[in-house]
Amino acid sequence: MSKRLAIISVHGSMDLAYPPLILATAAVAMDMEAAIFFTFYGLEIIRKGNADKLQVSPVGNPAMPQPIPGISVPNILGVLPGMTAVATGMMNSWMGKAKVAKLSELLEMAREMDVRMIACQMSMDVLGVKKEDLIDGIEVGGAASFLEYASNDAIALSF
Amino acid sequence: MSVSFDQELDCKNLSCPMPILKTKKAVDGLAVGQVLKMVATDPGSLPDVVAWCNKTGQELLAHEEDGGVFTFYIKRAK
Repeated sequence: MSKRLAIISVHGSMDLAYPPLILATAAVAMDMEAAIFFTFYGLEIIRKGNADKLQVSPVGNPAMPQPIPGISVPNILGVLPGMTAVATGMMNSWMGKAKVAKLSELLEMAREMDVRMIACQMSMDVLGVKKEDLIDGIEVGGAASFLEYASNDAIALSF
Repeated sequence: MSVSFDQELDCKNLSCPMPILKTKKAVDGLAVGQVLKMVATDPGSLPDVVAWCNKTGQELLAHEEDGGVFTFYIKRAK
């Protein structure tokens, strides 16, 4: 039975930041080990003070529930100025109602539970992110760091 | 249901994965043989606590639902 969960986190939108953190913390709670490799926009999740500011994009997301029930808003309107903020506000309100933990809380849990969090060095160079821009407890590494971890019989997922 | 327990954990109004994370922490704090009573309102906590016990080898002694409140009695088996 696999005892390791290896996750690649590529995206910096709120909805895609949740699954890696939820699964990694739950894995440790289930006596597994977990690591998350943050690459490209995934770095935004671990940028200091940024986790709770991540947004949801309505563009290209036809599955997003409509703001006004019964009135269908064409997806193209998602490109209008302010629509990302509207979608994010809606999502935050639903998250609050469903009592979902904030991303900052899940990050704190992940750190407390020794989830290995690895920031991709190459992405940091590309995006001009420095180690001190990231929250504490993050290692910096490359593809080999992730693969060495994942090759040891891990379940590997990408978000 | 009257199951005797050693510690109680309130996970009401918490959503996945918090009830499981807190349960893990609480059970780790028990001595082997002691029982945790955990109360949650997340309906997903029912399959998740069962799955958690299966995976970790801890023992779900009993559980019940009453008006949307789920109560679990988990014994630290190892």
